[in-house]
Amino acid sequence: MSTTFAPLPTTASASNAAASTTTESIVFQPTPQQAYLMRVGDSCLIHAQRLAEWSGHAPILEEDIALTNLALDLVGQARALLTHVGRQTGFDEDQLAFLRNERDFRNFTLAELPGRRAGRDFADAVLRNFLLSAWMNLMWARLEQSGDAEVAAIAGQAVKESRYHVAHAADWVVRLGDGSDESMRRMRQAVARLWPYTAELFETDDVDSAAAEAGLGPMRAALRVDWQAIVEPVFADAGLQVPAAGAFRSTGSRGVHSEHMGYLLAEMQTLQRSFPGGVW
Amino acid sequence: MTAHDAAVSARVAQAWDVLHGVLDPEVPAISVTDLGIVRDVIEHGDALEVVVTPTYSGCPATEVIEQAIADALVAAGLGPARVTQRRAPAWTTDWITPEGREKLRAYGIAPPGSCAGEAAAANVQPIRLMARDVACPRCGSAQTERLSAFGSTACKSLYRCIACREPFEHFKPI
Repeated sequence: MSTTFAPLPTTASASNAAASTTTESIVFQPTPQQAYLMRVGDSCLIHAQRLAEWSGHAPILEEDIALTNLALDLVGQARALLTHVGRQTGFDEDQLAFLRNERDFRNFTLAELPGRRAGRDFADAVLRNFLLSAWMNLMWARLEQSGDAEVAAIAGQAVKESRYHVAHAADWVVRLGDGSDESMRRMRQAVARLWPYTAELFETDDVDSAAAEAGLGPMRAALRVDWQAIVEPVFADAGLQVPAAGAFRSTGSRGVHSEHMGYLLAEMQTLQRSFPGGVW
Repeated sequence: MTAHDAAVSARVAQAWDVLHGVLDPEVPAISVTDLGIVRDVIEHGDALEVVVTPTYSGCPATEVIEQAIADALVAAGLGPARVTQRRAPAWTTDWITPEGREKLRAYGIAPPGSCAGEAAAANVQPIRLMARDVACPRCGSAQTERLSAFGSTACKSLYRCIACREPFEHFKPI
């Protein structure tokens, strides 16, 4: 869990620097419905950033290509949702991705947990990919019925992509879990590390309620049973135990992130922060 | 049909002819019309509007394709032209034309099968349990095996023919 710090004072170097070498963060104040969509869009975006860390580093070439291809789909899905919310709030997709402060990101904490750079195992990447893709697949399927026609249209394409994301990830969960003693040991460690963060995927708050009432999309809690129906058979095939529910609740979807998020954003946003408005 | 309508139809028909020659930058064997992404060509007074449905959410070629379409129409003297996106209904490989499939095969890419089975098999299961019936685009043998779920682009996977031993790409149904 993150520790809350008071905002840092403006540093001397930042205030002395020329205006062209720093960029103000945007002030993003979404409605509950917009925040609801950003939870999905930001979870796609941040998960894509983590998957992309494997580019050039996956254990085999085929998986290197696979993980970066999945990341590309997720970036595309995030772009669509961020563009859609941006039209309503006066920002473009780049401003939303690169100029928002950490507290304004609404992704699930699970998406931001450390990846390869921090020495986390490939098993963690595989498991997170499976747990999140299964949730995304169910969410996109429900969003196809969204009362917001643009969201429904985005979901219509994304649901098909999420289908092969989850199938690919499930294949790897079984391959590693039901593999060697070593791969099984690492998958069990990954389950122990990541599972507590799955509770957040099915929490209920006023953002969910507002979205459900507006006909925008389902309450997260409504996805739980279907999600378990995807996850549990794959865990059984993989020889993995589904952990018991715990009391811990992560809070990324409310904007309160883990200590890992700041580092991720520093890397993801550095180009736009250093070269404001830079395009190519 | 009035003379004016006939003129309008002629311009739109010419535009379709031009679009038949605009190639997909990532699979340069087939055109944007073969791919089935051009949904409509509409004439608004002076300007043409080409309605395109994007393929994959993350396809990096989307912007390039839109630019290529506009450029080709202008170069053919049919401009000004603008390209707009229509996301719904979502693009599916079922929209690839029979000619497009044949061009893919001749280019060495096994064309996608029907998506009807994909939707039916939408319930999640490990890939290793999925049926694979991809024929080799070179020798036609059904004795093929998948080497990699993903290939040079998100839309293709990598296969090998057991009969003729040649590797080939498969355009995945989606």
